[in-house]
Amino acid sequence: MNQTQNIQESKKPLITKKIMIEIKDLKKSFGDNHVLNGFNLKLFEGENLVLMGKSGSGKSVMIKCLVGLMQPDSGLIKVMDKDISTLNRNEFDKLRTEIGFLFQGSALYDSMTVRENLEFPLRRNKYKFGNITDTSELVTEALERVGLVDAIDLMPAELSGGMKRRVALARTLILKPKIILYDEPTSGLDPITSKEIIELMRRIQSQYKTSSLIITHDVDCARVSSERMILLVDGINYVEGTFDELYALKDEKVRAFFK
Amino acid sequence: MSGLTEIEVKLKAFFIEIGDLSYFAGRLFREVFTRPFEFKELLRQCYNIGNRSILLVGVTAFIIGLVITMQTRPTLEEFGAESWMPSMVSISIIREIGPVIIALTFAGRIASGIGAELGSMRVTEQIDAMEVSGTNPFKYLVVTRILAATLMLPILVILGDAIALYGSYIIENLKGDVSFQLYFNKVFDALEFGDIIPAIIKTYFFGFAIGLVGCFKGYYCEKGTVGVGLAANSAVVFSSMLIFIIDFIAVFITDIFFEI
Repeated sequence: MNQTQNIQESKKPLITKKIMIEIKDLKKSFGDNHVLNGFNLKLFEGENLVLMGKSGSGKSVMIKCLVGLMQPDSGLIKVMDKDISTLNRNEFDKLRTEIGFLFQGSALYDSMTVRENLEFPLRRNKYKFGNITDTSELVTEALERVGLVDAIDLMPAELSGGMKRRVALARTLILKPKIILYDEPTSGLDPITSKEIIELMRRIQSQYKTSSLIITHDVDCARVSSERMILLVDGINYVEGTFDELYALKDEKVRAFFK
Repeated sequence: MSGLTEIEVKLKAFFIEIGDLSYFAGRLFREVFTRPFEFKELLRQCYNIGNRSILLVGVTAFIIGLVITMQTRPTLEEFGAESWMPSMVSISIIREIGPVIIALTFAGRIASGIGAELGSMRVTEQIDAMEVSGTNPFKYLVVTRILAATLMLPILVILGDAIALYGSYIIENLKGDVSFQLYFNKVFDALEFGDIIPAIIKTYFFGFAIGLVGCFKGYYCEKGTVGVGLAANSAVVFSSMLIFIIDFIAVFITDIFFEI
């Protein structure tokens, strides 16, 4: 069953803004394992879109294809009206500075301090800020946003799981991206820290006016942070709508997520 | 029949790995000449790699010098040829034992270190994080480490050779009462252009192979933390094997040009 169209037709378009990300008929296989089977997605400007699906449903593969960490077998990926398959390395790197990516395990560089972690994305991208030489103001500002200025000289090994996630978020914000991709932002965190991270994500979205694509299987995270949701099953959009609309559905596969 | 199939599978995997390694080396040569250059990181890696190995290389070389002299001296004494000791030790250390043993020690220290470091960065998505932040991780992590290993090993070998010869001199001084000046005069009298230059040149290739294999194994590490251990381990095994292959080729070529 594919209820995407039914729900879309039953209500007015959610947002009529500029499309930030457009994915059409995305396919990706690993041998005989067909992970993505024609996935479609549109992320609008300023929108919080949650993509839910069980482990192995292709969420992470999709997001990796989106940022060029994996090559799809076929399909179209457009980011801010640019077809990423037509861009050369330099053009794509430039586009990537407009896309922040919060990794599931934070992915902080463990041989660098928090300050150096935040400075790292600026090394080749200072042009965005008029080729400034002193980046400390940008670093402090990003850390202030996540409430971790005091941790500036600590090493990642000295941080708790929640702090690591916040520093990773600050590193994501340092280039002031227009789009933020969150890969399981609350996984591995306790419920209280998870709530703090979700609240932080909401605050950042309103402060930076970013568009967010959130991959999660945390129902609380989806409920609080989503304006629209897509449920990914067997590599395709199984159903799409608001949280409440999906929650009200009787379909077994959908219900399984909310149990 | 099944045994043959297993051999075929292993051979196939081996040649695929050689192919991937060649592609990796090809990418290195492309990236090394294209901007932006990572000079600061290269210097940092040179310091790290050189500094991390200096004590190990020094101790190993000193012991080699001591042991070679202690074990060879009785045989030379039997023939009344102790005066040949400095020449024999210098030629064997400078030409072969120094470069190969120091390269193997360096491989154990650096190839495994690079393999484990890049491997753990790969499995914790740190390399992906660099990639998506618009930095070229291949240039930042791989090119700098391979260049640093290539540049540092010859320096360490020269230093190690000197320490090994000094170790040899200590034994000679204790057993044969030879002066420092006389010992080293004999050492340098015995050495020719064809002994030193090819030996130094081959260490650049050793360093390159060690850096290349360490980075290759780490950069494409899979299977989580188990994969990190495997990457570190196979980096040492593979680079040690390459050292002997390169050494054989180097000796073969030197033989043609310098008629040893």
